[in-house]
Amino acid sequence: MNSTPYAIEMLNITKRFPGIVANDNVTIQLKHGEIHALLGENGAGKSTLMSVLFGMYQAEEGVIKKNGEVVKINSPNDANDLGIGMVHQHFKMVECFSVLDNIILGVEDTKYGFLQRDKAREKVMALSERYGLKVDPDAIIEDISVGMQQRTEILKMLYRDNEILIFDEPTAVLTPQEIEELLQIMRNLAAEGKSILFITHKLNEIMAVADRCSVLRKGKYMGTVDVKDCDRAQLSRMMVGRDVEFAVQKDPAKPTDVVLEVKDLCMASKRGKRNSVNGVSFQVRAGEIVCIAGIEGNGQSELVYGITGLEDVLSGSVTFCGQDITNAPIRKRSLMGMSHIPEDRHKHGLVLDYTLEDNMVLQRYFEPEFTTKSGILRRGNIRTYAEQLIEQFDVRSGQGPITMTRSMSGGNQQRAIISREIGRDPKLLIAVQPTRGIDVGAIEYIHKQIVAQRDAGKAVLLVSLELDEVMTVSDRILVMYEGEIVGELDPKTSTVEELGLYMAGAKKEGAQ
Amino acid sequence: MKKEKTPLIRQDGFQTLLSSLVCVLGGLIIGYIVLLLIEPSGAFGAITAIMKSFFRYPGKMMLKYFGQTLVRTVPLLMCSLSVLFAYKVGMFNIGVAGQYVAGACGCLYAALAWKLPWLPCLLIGMVAAGLLGAISGLLKTKCNVNVVISGIMLNWITLYLTNLILGKVKSPNSPYTLELRGNNPGALLPRMGLDKLFNNEKSVTIAIPLAVIIAVAIWFVLNKTKFGYELKATGHNYHAARYAGMKENWNIIVTMFIAGALAGLGAGMLFLTGIENWETTTSSVPAMGFNGIAVAFLGGLSPIGSILSSFFIQYITFGGGNVDLQVYSSQISSLISSLIIYLCAFVGFFKFFIQGRIRKKDEKLAAGAAEKREGGDAK
Repeated sequence: MNSTPYAIEMLNITKRFPGIVANDNVTIQLKHGEIHALLGENGAGKSTLMSVLFGMYQAEEGVIKKNGEVVKINSPNDANDLGIGMVHQHFKMVECFSVLDNIILGVEDTKYGFLQRDKAREKVMALSERYGLKVDPDAIIEDISVGMQQRTEILKMLYRDNEILIFDEPTAVLTPQEIEELLQIMRNLAAEGKSILFITHKLNEIMAVADRCSVLRKGKYMGTVDVKDCDRAQLSRMMVGRDVEFAVQKDPAKPTDVVLEVKDLCMASKRGKRNSVNGVSFQVRAGEIVCIAGIEGNGQSELVYGITGLEDVLSGSVTFCGQDITNAPIRKRSLMGMSHIPEDRHKHGLVLDYTLEDNMVLQRYFEPEFTTKSGILRRGNIRTYAEQLIEQFDVRSGQGPITMTRSMSGGNQQRAIISREIGRDPKLLIAVQPTRGIDVGAIEYIHKQIVAQRDAGKAVLLVSLELDEVMTVSDRILVMYEGEIVGELDPKTSTVEELGLYMAGAKKEGAQ
Repeated sequence: MKKEKTPLIRQDGFQTLLSSLVCVLGGLIIGYIVLLLIEPSGAFGAITAIMKSFFRYPGKMMLKYFGQTLVRTVPLLMCSLSVLFAYKVGMFNIGVAGQYVAGACGCLYAALAWKLPWLPCLLIGMVAAGLLGAISGLLKTKCNVNVVISGIMLNWITLYLTNLILGKVKSPNSPYTLELRGNNPGALLPRMGLDKLFNNEKSVTIAIPLAVIIAVAIWFVLNKTKFGYELKATGHNYHAARYAGMKENWNIIVTMFIAGALAGLGAGMLFLTGIENWETTTSSVPAMGFNGIAVAFLGGLSPIGSILSSFFIQYITFGGGNVDLQVYSSQISSLISSLIIYLCAFVGFFKFFIQGRIRKKDEKLAAGAAEKREGGDAK
């Protein structure tokens, strides 16, 4: 019935913002029934392009065609009417509603004002069977696993009869087993004729599932390739513009003195009942990178809150450089040489409405270098110090030190935090998901920095959800599951599968 | 660092000033329309009376009224400083009205019951109001009670407590507190000859220059000091302040203490001039505090802007008093000034509008420049 092989085409799209061209003559053609990956670093223009497709922005040049016909998308509603659906990176669901209610939310069938739940249930179950999307329609969202939540999001799109499905970095929150499942689901969907646009920067997944891949770099369209004709190195070169080292180059660790010792640490849970961290003990020595691995929400965040002092501990002790700091104020820990790259850079890491230079001295502003005895800020010194860090760590921003932090890209905000934390010359660096939402080029850089810190004799505690990161960067892996350490692995002798089993709680050993 | 001169329209301060002027103008126009609707014949006379304010009086009288306007500008300025100081630290200090009352209570009681000289009176008023503010801060940090809620409740508690306390020092045959001039002249703020400049207006005191100095000091503290850096960080992002090892809860309490003290000082600076006495049957929280909120926003939340906006509001309030009461009822002046104050809420809106226009222009320029470049690149 279609004269064209393309479900949706974005032809020669150009979108400009003051100072930058976010999309410069970008063309993406999505075939019927294909999985089309969209690859690009942060700030490459992926989100702008998707916003144009969703009608959030209007492109200055270029046209969008559906089934060969030019369409005008002025609002997200238009996109919806054209059958374009999206699974967002952060799910958009009502936590206390059931799976079924979330799926029908917004397009409820009613009769005399009453919900027609049974009809909806039939349709949902049929869809779930057809595509292999296992869900329990009556389960409450907050009780189910992230994987099932994601399947619910996918069902939401299918329930609306969307033909064009956009997946925005869908694998970031999943375990290896769940990722495999998701990729299978995507294959099923494509086989049934749905067209999938898959936004990611994980090359493995593109190689595993995508038919074709379009690459953006700094707003420019670098081309579309058939995935079966190319390899990872080629794709990453297209994306970054140079060769990227995947393996982190590092020598074996030479651990020396114990810097951090955590003993029987328990942290209360916000939800009550179980402790979020339950009797965790471990040591980190100078010159080694210890990684806490695990699926999100198994107590890693709370463990870090306890060590850094952001939250009070329930019981147990934290010893840093031989001193008991279990109840010490945050300022004291910081002055003793504890650096912390926080999990949430917007919540904890930065004052977004401060300038870059003010954020660079967030823990040091009171030092004599930056404040006179009478309490007046030494603006000149702050500027010089910020400029040093900016140059040394290549933090890019519109106006240098006086840029509002809010206006910077996520990757550069992260660089700013990392430069600040490493710039303090710490004894212990706690890095929580330091590469979250960051592109390949920057990840390589951050990993190098972390390893450099280790080689300089610092102790590093890394908390990560990314398996690649866990396997390549760390010297020792501790796996957390439901608030406990369930296993210690040596990344050199264990496999990703083994790690996955520990993370999913399927395997457990008497932790040290 | 190369320094490029930013065009005037792109400067934040100028944008604020421009939007404030637009709001003022809008308020006056709407006010005029309201006057026209009520009674067309007197409308023009009324609006000119408001705008001319004390300038309609001849030389010596004008100076006197100018002085009185300044005297009443002082507490308004202090209240607006209180609001903006708390606002910069992320709190909406609606309790400013109650803090102002507490300040009046403290200084008048100290002056009339204990017969203290002016400086201790002023300080007692300040501390009383500061403590009241600190209660809001404490409730916020310990029990997570919104400052707005605790502020509103404390406003009323303070009002009735003040009526009760000042009832002990009221004159026997009126609801007003005793005259300072007759009972404790030592509690009157020193004039240091300033009254001579305003045709011997006795209420003109050191309060006026002092208020301006305090406004500048607040600006300095917020923008130039370590203390201001900490407070603003706490206001912008409480969690980041905690992460950075600042005493975020302490900062909130201190901020509310300072905000309260500013309002209390403002009350002292009015009541210790002897121009006004406290009415112990007052049954509503004085508008002075609430007007401080509007003034702070009209002044673009800048201490320096507050100096101008508080004077302006007091200026038209005085002008409103001159409206012909044969034609309009006596509330008309409040109506007009409240219209302008109401419009003040739109300062942010107009600023946003101006910035939007600039951005659009930039986008167009960017597009144009890009086309030129592409044209040049074409092979």
